[in-house]
Amino acid sequence: MDQFLAFTVVGLSTAAIYAVIGSGLVLTHTTAGVFNFAHGAAGMLAAFAYWQLAVGWGWPVPAALAVVLLVLAPAFGLLAERVLMRPVQALGEAERLVMTVALLTGCIALARWVWDPNTPRPLAAFLAGEPALRLGPAVVTWHQAITMATALAIAGGLWFLLHRTRAGTEMRASVDDRALAGLTGADPLRAGRLAWVLGIQLAAVGGILIAPTVALDAQQLSLLIVSAYTAAVFGRLRSLPLTFLGAVVVGLLEAYLAGYLPQNDYLPGLRLAAPALLLLLALLAFPHRRLPGRDRTLVRVPLPGRRGGLVLAGCVLAVALVLVSVLTEDEVISYGTLFPIGVIALSYVPLAGYAGQISLCQLSIAGIGAVVWGHLGAHGALWALPVAVLVAAAVGALVALPALRLSGIYLALGTVAFATVLDRWIFTLPAFHVLGVRISLFDQGSVSVAGPDLFGLRLTSPTDLVLFSAFCLAVTSLGLAALRRGRFGRRLVALRDSEAAYATLGGRLLAAKVAVFALSAGIAGLGGALYGMQLQTVTADQFSLVAGLPVFLIAVVGGLGSVGTGLFTGLAYVVPVQLLDGLGGWAQNLPALLVALAGLGFAHSPAGVIARLRAQWTPLGRDRQLLTALLGVLALCWAVAVLVPAGGRPALAAALVVAMVLRNRAAARAAAPADVPPEWWGVRRPWRPEDGEVLSRATAAAS
Amino acid sequence: MPPLLQADGITVAFGGRRALDRVSLAAEPGRVTGLIGPNGAGKSTLFDTVSGLRRPQTGRVRLDGRDITREGPARRARRGLSRTFQHLELFGRLSVRDNLLVAAELGPRRRHAARTADEVLDRLGLADTAQAPADALPTGIARLVEVGRALVQSPRVLLLDEPAAGQDAEETERFADLLRSLAAEGTAVVLVEHDMSLVMAVCDDVYVLDLGQVVACGPPAEIQQDETVLAAYLGEP
Repeated sequence: MDQFLAFTVVGLSTAAIYAVIGSGLVLTHTTAGVFNFAHGAAGMLAAFAYWQLAVGWGWPVPAALAVVLLVLAPAFGLLAERVLMRPVQALGEAERLVMTVALLTGCIALARWVWDPNTPRPLAAFLAGEPALRLGPAVVTWHQAITMATALAIAGGLWFLLHRTRAGTEMRASVDDRALAGLTGADPLRAGRLAWVLGIQLAAVGGILIAPTVALDAQQLSLLIVSAYTAAVFGRLRSLPLTFLGAVVVGLLEAYLAGYLPQNDYLPGLRLAAPALLLLLALLAFPHRRLPGRDRTLVRVPLPGRRGGLVLAGCVLAVALVLVSVLTEDEVISYGTLFPIGVIALSYVPLAGYAGQISLCQLSIAGIGAVVWGHLGAHGALWALPVAVLVAAAVGALVALPALRLSGIYLALGTVAFATVLDRWIFTLPAFHVLGVRISLFDQGSVSVAGPDLFGLRLTSPTDLVLFSAFCLAVTSLGLAALRRGRFGRRLVALRDSEAAYATLGGRLLAAKVAVFALSAGIAGLGGALYGMQLQTVTADQFSLVAGLPVFLIAVVGGLGSVGTGLFTGLAYVVPVQLLDGLGGWAQNLPALLVALAGLGFAHSPAGVIARLRAQWTPLGRDRQLLTALLGVLALCWAVAVLVPAGGRPALAAALVVAMVLRNRAAARAAAPADVPPEWWGVRRPWRPEDGEVLSRATAAAS
Repeated sequence: MPPLLQADGITVAFGGRRALDRVSLAAEPGRVTGLIGPNGAGKSTLFDTVSGLRRPQTGRVRLDGRDITREGPARRARRGLSRTFQHLELFGRLSVRDNLLVAAELGPRRRHAARTADEVLDRLGLADTAQAPADALPTGIARLVEVGRALVQSPRVLLLDEPAAGQDAEETERFADLLRSLAAEGTAVVLVEHDMSLVMAVCDDVYVLDLGQVVACGPPAEIQQDETVLAAYLGEP
């Protein structure tokens, strides 16, 4: 009984923290219309900042608390609202989601950069020296008591704010229709700002309270949020009382599982994964009303031509050939991963780009492809590769089933929960038997992965493997371009724009969604297998949720609708890391930070970088003379890089410079016959989008 | 011989409010059936129920005498039921032609989808805008594209929800001709419309819906004289 009470106290104090964090999440979601994936990361940063002030610099605790909660947290909230969220307010739910994912990645990278993860940073509990309180048979430490009291005080304070003050009324008014709230004299912008400030403050309180009970680790603290997500989903992301109730359920569940779950090899992970499992269940069990409002700006899905696809495939192969001919064997191994990463990134194209379904677990599914190939293809048997793809596709189809009930952020949350269950439990399992079949994943360590046997040709050297991966990337890109042009691609885009119309035209939603999830998972599985071959041994860490976020972000920046995003993501994911590698340890977290920054800059070009690059380079592609010149220079640079020792980087730089110069030249040439008189615009030369404005300005100036 | 489409005693309630209260409606091949009523009368809810997007609490929907009340929207579409939406549901990221193509590929003439789509584009005078993205269209044209998307499926029953809103007088005249020719080809057309002159000009039968109930039905000439209809539209005298 005493033991039960002890677990209950622990559970309730954890619940109090989840309730605080979860209520901040609900507040920003309802008022500002943003589900903040970086909410936990904000709490994590607050915990680190608090440690720095109170322990690192030895400030008194009240001063440190005041600075973190009253200065840093509100500043962070205001910055996030102003710089990150307002530019994407007019875009869709998916774009807002991308911004918070980028913020999450950025926060983790920033924390790792500033606070070296290898140094332990113990944080003492509040009033740790005082003797514990005794409430009858139950023992409550001061820290636990403070935590619970804080949660209760916050609950009361929020109720008062929302129901008894003008600011609170404004916040509640902004929930349903921001524009309408504005018409009635409320200020939705101010309400949104207030929600951000309060939300981040709550996250900071939660982060500081939870940090002493777990290790001060950037990733772990940021992902504690999964439990708070669960609490918020209990409140359907709208109701604060239900969020508190959800927090109690999650907190107690975790505490009792920790106390009563039998100890063996299979179950410790279950305890860690329990909040994520509960999140999945809660997502499926409760009906979800999406926040009102449609995407106001539709981001187009480009229609790739046959020639464009072939050019892209040619570029992929050319990059591979240049890499293997120029680089040393070690470099080939590290640069070579760009092709498998590209394949994994391509898995987003049909799913998120065409069908608009956001999945954050593609790298986890790639992990499944990698282990299946690792085990079955240990001797290179080629049949194991399609099997790996099929197993991954089957897992993808499984993920699709919840997707039928969920959309938008709820689906994204579901895939986060799924990836978390894999990370914390499934991937940590030792080998087990199901119906007599031995199933083994990462075997609690690493799995070695062999290259395939192509009809007697055994691919073992890094060079072989890079060429093989590049071939697979080229073929997948071509395949996806054909898919977009064809019937299935059209249907996916249609389904995304209007499910109601698609269904009333006779389309089967279930079949289409399961098919696209399976297809995309199959591509991810192929990418995972190739990634494994290149790495030679794989561990579960390489396929975790957090490892997958940068791939997702870069793919988004490239443009999820473009098939070129495969090559783009591979290059942008691998090349900066390798180039910065020579700069020493301080630059280690820089690439992750850059990815996050690029993701945050995405609001300015929601159609993706590739669309812009394409527009910039098309004139050069059409200009035969200059194109020939460019190819000649590239060949020359390539020859220099191959023949001259240490000539690689200068040759690359020279090639880039010449390419840029020629590009600008071609653009200038293409634009040359621009002095068509205005009355012939649209007749002698195509009508341009900016022409209308030019004309109206000219007429306004003349009158 | 039962009518081609028959909705029988349909009741739909949102919370405590009855949006539809034992509504019955029949549509015959070769006839244009009008459905009119003030805003909020339940016209679009009835379309949602007939097309399968909403399950009624009571009542039956029959097509060709077969009870389809429990079937989903996709299956009903494959039985020959097509509709348009009052709040446009175009595939905004696709071109006009691709909108029609998706529908044609799901319809009974999927083998000749491209030809069917082009024929309908010509028939509706949309050939010039075929490549324009659907979300950039003015409302009148967008509604026409929705009609086209329904037509490529060669439906037996065509439910049109305010298809002429946003059209000028000349376009409405052409649209009336289109409806007549569709009926002449044997389609059962059900038309929800606020433009009374269009309704009176093309409909063979008119149902008047008010506060979820059918308050009158009959030929247009009769409906125009009906006291309850005037009351529903203009208020009690």
